[in-house]
Amino acid sequence: MQTLTIGAAVGGLPIGSMLVQLISFIILLLLLKKFAWKPLLKVMQDRQEYISNEIDMAEASRKEAETAAKTAAEELKQTRAEAQAIIEEARKAGQQQEENIIAAARRESERLKEAAVEDIANEKEKAMQALQAQVASLSVQIASKIIEKEISSEDQDKLISEYVKELGR
Amino acid sequence: MNHGSPMWNNAFGIEWLDFNLSTSLMTIISSIIVFIICVLGSRNLQRRPRAFQNVMEMLVDFVKKVIGDAMDWKTGKQFLPLGLTLFMYIFISNMLGVMIMVVVGHDLWWKSPTSDAASTLTLSVMVILLTNFYGVKILGGKEYLKGYIRPVPFLLPLNLIEEAANTLTLGLRLFGNIFAGEVLLSLIGESLAGVNPPFTTIAAFVPMIAWQGFSLFIGTIQSYIFLVLTMVYMSHKVSKAH
Repeated sequence: MQTLTIGAAVGGLPIGSMLVQLISFIILLLLLKKFAWKPLLKVMQDRQEYISNEIDMAEASRKEAETAAKTAAEELKQTRAEAQAIIEEARKAGQQQEENIIAAARRESERLKEAAVEDIANEKEKAMQALQAQVASLSVQIASKIIEKEISSEDQDKLISEYVKELGR
Repeated sequence: MNHGSPMWNNAFGIEWLDFNLSTSLMTIISSIIVFIICVLGSRNLQRRPRAFQNVMEMLVDFVKKVIGDAMDWKTGKQFLPLGLTLFMYIFISNMLGVMIMVVVGHDLWWKSPTSDAASTLTLSVMVILLTNFYGVKILGGKEYLKGYIRPVPFLLPLNLIEEAANTLTLGLRLFGNIFAGEVLLSLIGESLAGVNPPFTTIAAFVPMIAWQGFSLFIGTIQSYIFLVLTMVYMSHKVSKAH
């Protein structure tokens, strides 16, 4: 078999193409650095920063929300307690008032009753006095009438009935 | 078989200046393709990436990870453009030779620039020089020189040999893989398909497709390896002794 020389670049030292290789690679490196890698890396960096900022912000707002929720819960609790206290107070006040009213009513009725009893006693006294006076004058009149007239039995009857009539009036 | 390279020896009458025209041409074509792809990929950049930008960002993240594995990201981030460009350039170069090969006369014109040892060695020498440059720049001259007598002074010759060996292996590994791939492709393509045209041409399709698939795989892996080794050598030079 003959010599296998594919590419045939195995031997020799082609300085020229080596220089081409070196220079073109360096140019490629510089150009890509300027036109490709720099913008690409910048965008990636920006995104990373953006994401980390967003995470920070999210963290901050989460904390804020947590605090707000806690405050709200506390306030709600306080408000509820206050409401409870107000209701309690109102109930107590209502009870107190009820008791007061009842007591007042009882006192008033007591007073009225006493007054009524007193009135009755007074009236009774007055009536007694009036009756006494009447009885006295009546007996005087009866006595005088008896003395005035000679009384027959028939007259006596007549007189008695007259008196009875008069008494009945 | 028996393709030659279009050589332009003693160019401009300068004795040592030889051009392998196909390699030079393919180097430039490959660079242009890489440039176009990368610039297209980083146009109309948005905070919410769309298809092409996503691909580019995946690439960036991939290279970032390779660098991050090799060294501290703080020192490593300045090598990101270098790593990206190296990877893209070698990857595209490897792919160019897999897709088609153009032979004009007896000369092979369209191939991978990386199937030329001179090219790959140029890249590897450049990489090793860069690692030394950054070693001095980042650690300072004293620390850099101390690196050669680590861990003990009598290892100095070995450390020097290592530099040369790294350069050679880095370049020749890439060259060998890609060159072998192209040899086999052209063997399959020409020897097999060309022998008895109508029948063997069809028969050659199966090994052709299989080997092209394999070459794609090799090309990707080799560009990855080149990138990783570059970053590993770089980290040896720029990080303080552990």
